[in-house]
Amino acid sequence: MRFELTPRPNVSPVMRALAPVAAFITAFLIAGFVIWLMGRSPAAAFDVYVLQPLSDPWSLQELVVKATPLALIAIGLSYCFRANLWNIGAEGQYVIGAVLGSWLALKTHGTDAGLWVLPLMLLLGIIGGALWGLIPAFLKTRFGVNEILTSLMLVYVAQLVLDYLVRGPWRDPKGFNFPQSVTFDPSATLHPIFEGGRVHFGALFALIAVLATAVILGRTLFGYRLKLTGDAPRAARFAGFSSKSTTMAVFAISGGLAGLAGITEVSGQIGQLQPSISPGYGFTAITVAFLGRLNPIGILIAALVVALTFIGGESAQILLKLPLDLTQAFQGILLLCVLAADALVSYRIRFVTRGGGK
Amino acid sequence: MKADVSSSGPPLVELKGISKRYGDLLANDGIDLSIEPGEIHALLGENGAGKSTLVKILYGVIEPSAGEIRWESRPVSIGSPVEARNLGLGMVFQHFSLFDELTVAENIAVALSGDWDLATVRGKLGEISRTYGLALDADRAVWTLSAGERQRIEIVRCLLQNPRLLILDEPTSVLTPQEAEHLFTTLDRLSAEGCSILYISHKLEEVRRLCRRATILRAGRVVATIDPRASSAREIAALMVGSEVGEIRTDAPHHPEGEMLKVASLNLPPAGMHGQALRGIDLKARAGEVVGIAGIAGNGQTELFAALSGERLAGGPDAVVIAGRPVGTTGIDGRRRLGAAFVPEERLGHAAAPTHRLSENTLISHAAAEVSRSGFILVNAARRLARTIVQSFDVRTPEGDPQARKLSGGNLQKFVIGREIIRKPKLIVVDQPTWGVDAGAARLIRQALVDLARQGSAVVVVSQDLDELFEVADRMAVIHQGTLSPLKPIGEWTKEAVGLEMLGVAQAPGGVHAV
Repeated sequence: MRFELTPRPNVSPVMRALAPVAAFITAFLIAGFVIWLMGRSPAAAFDVYVLQPLSDPWSLQELVVKATPLALIAIGLSYCFRANLWNIGAEGQYVIGAVLGSWLALKTHGTDAGLWVLPLMLLLGIIGGALWGLIPAFLKTRFGVNEILTSLMLVYVAQLVLDYLVRGPWRDPKGFNFPQSVTFDPSATLHPIFEGGRVHFGALFALIAVLATAVILGRTLFGYRLKLTGDAPRAARFAGFSSKSTTMAVFAISGGLAGLAGITEVSGQIGQLQPSISPGYGFTAITVAFLGRLNPIGILIAALVVALTFIGGESAQILLKLPLDLTQAFQGILLLCVLAADALVSYRIRFVTRGGGK
Repeated sequence: MKADVSSSGPPLVELKGISKRYGDLLANDGIDLSIEPGEIHALLGENGAGKSTLVKILYGVIEPSAGEIRWESRPVSIGSPVEARNLGLGMVFQHFSLFDELTVAENIAVALSGDWDLATVRGKLGEISRTYGLALDADRAVWTLSAGERQRIEIVRCLLQNPRLLILDEPTSVLTPQEAEHLFTTLDRLSAEGCSILYISHKLEEVRRLCRRATILRAGRVVATIDPRASSAREIAALMVGSEVGEIRTDAPHHPEGEMLKVASLNLPPAGMHGQALRGIDLKARAGEVVGIAGIAGNGQTELFAALSGERLAGGPDAVVIAGRPVGTTGIDGRRRLGAAFVPEERLGHAAAPTHRLSENTLISHAAAEVSRSGFILVNAARRLARTIVQSFDVRTPEGDPQARKLSGGNLQKFVIGREIIRKPKLIVVDQPTWGVDAGAARLIRQALVDLARQGSAVVVVSQDLDELFEVADRMAVIHQGTLSPLKPIGEWTKEAVGLEMLGVAQAPGGVHAV
């Protein structure tokens, strides 16, 4: 006996809309089962993971804070993935964006530089990420090097660059030898949107990126170009779209947005450079992009959901003594469930027994 | 309309009530078919009539949803091609499954089950080659061979297994007229020795040349079993299509003037390892005429199309001149803006994106169509354009604005050709306009191309279908191994002369040798 996936002749829009909901419920059931196997109460875990963060104003803010870099990076990645280009190195572009932007913050540290510092830092963040992203794009278009490998390997290069800087030339001389830079001046700090709150202006950038991308992908020739390049590369060439310039453009955009995420995170949340400035946002954003089905609004929702698992995972670690790895496992289960649900909406499973094909 | 050819003894193979359902589509609907020992039986039908499905069921590639297969009166279940071969079936597919880098003998040895060493294969190969007139050099690498020679490998591969029934799927689609005649002689000899042959085709002439019995399929059903020699081509075509097939009107007077396309000494290196280089191509097309380019697949047509469309650029700007402007180094968008239009051979994936809606597919020729403004898509304009194309070119769609892949081959071809014709280009270059398209759609497409020329455009048609070119072209040239024969008025060509050019054995202008 084997199974076959046969395409469904008609896919109802209701099914397509309900698929992610079904996927979430399935993922929670699977995770609940695992938690039960570990000897904890699934109900308590659900409470800690989902209900508590959503009912507490502090965690709600934290949710937005965590979702901001995820959404920014994932939105950028969606440009690449739509064009069937595999940028796996957003983490590195995030780091280099943060480094280049922070360079200005450190350069102007202690001077009475004015309002221009922050916008310029953000711009440098974008440029840094974009340039880092253009390296694999150039290697691919010029020499045909696989972009998955180069973009991924450049992550480690970027992390080591940061590591060197904060331990070496950029280390705070008064920092008791801790590997970190000086704390940024107020003029180099991204401020909260509301006085005393945690949500900073980066969240607004993410929102703008989502809306702009919705327009670009849905309504412009450039958006169509990406879709066509991804879905039918020969047709894209026939339409007069050069694959080289497409590759360069999407890597620059996704690198730039990752770089922006990096500098806003450093400037708005951390306030200084240190060896680790990301809990793997650049990699998690890949999951977010696909959870959101490469759709800008979908990505926004997916970023919030994944941020929830981060926060829930932290409190579950404290309150239920559940390992943090469980959070990552849950993110994986969630992605698999969403992909499976998507497939099952378009295809149905048919069991075929040998001989009697009914 | 059954014309039973009486014969003694039971049929070799009998299909009874074979049905195959794919979702809502009945690809085969209760098909009955029987083949006598030693008979050459034709299976006729348009593309999409269900011929391939039926043959794949017989060869064990797919399972039928219902029905029975009897082999010498015994019911059998054929679960795989291996079982089919063990039973005594051999099949030559339309698309060859050969390893380009291996030699003829190696390709044959690879496919045989059981213990065969190369020496034995070589010996057997020589024997079969001599008996059936299938000349093959055992040690040549396959990529150096012509399509006709490659087909011989496939046939020899089948014959080595001593088949009782040989199935050939559209075998002449890649052959010159001379090679086809050679194949027919071989098949006659096989049939005389008692091997049955199921011959799948949509070309009436060759079916009448070979077969005494033909089963005609339409929309998954048997519509008639006839003696093709006793019926006229028109009657058979009507059975296949389900209605009378009209002829193309080409009689409108035309006075070609104004050179829309000029290609001068165009050279182009091959695209891939087995691509064909273009060498010194000269070609002119004037407003008001249809220029045909004949040739067997793989002789540089794809490369020529890419060079004309601008998907590949020539060495210098003067190699390609469109509407008086040198464009050899200008990309496809620039050429479209000069009023040129292009339709490549591959519908899905090249001319159209399979998963995109028809309205989105109008954006592919965005450079010349009014579907975008300053980088933004005019969604409504694109929808309107798609709707106009669908209506003007009789494109049958399952819903309002379906994905391109939901259309049948013929309907999608009407759409992609319509997309270009509708903006009245000054020059249109079409590669294989009716490849794999049903007769009704083919007629509509040919008529549209001829009409466009009569309205004052230059039309270049690259085609492997000689009948089509004789029908629509005013002047014709033949491409062979990347070189183009002189362009001559269609009246000065005979099929034989074209065949010789296709093989590259014709002499310089004037002296065409007989076979």
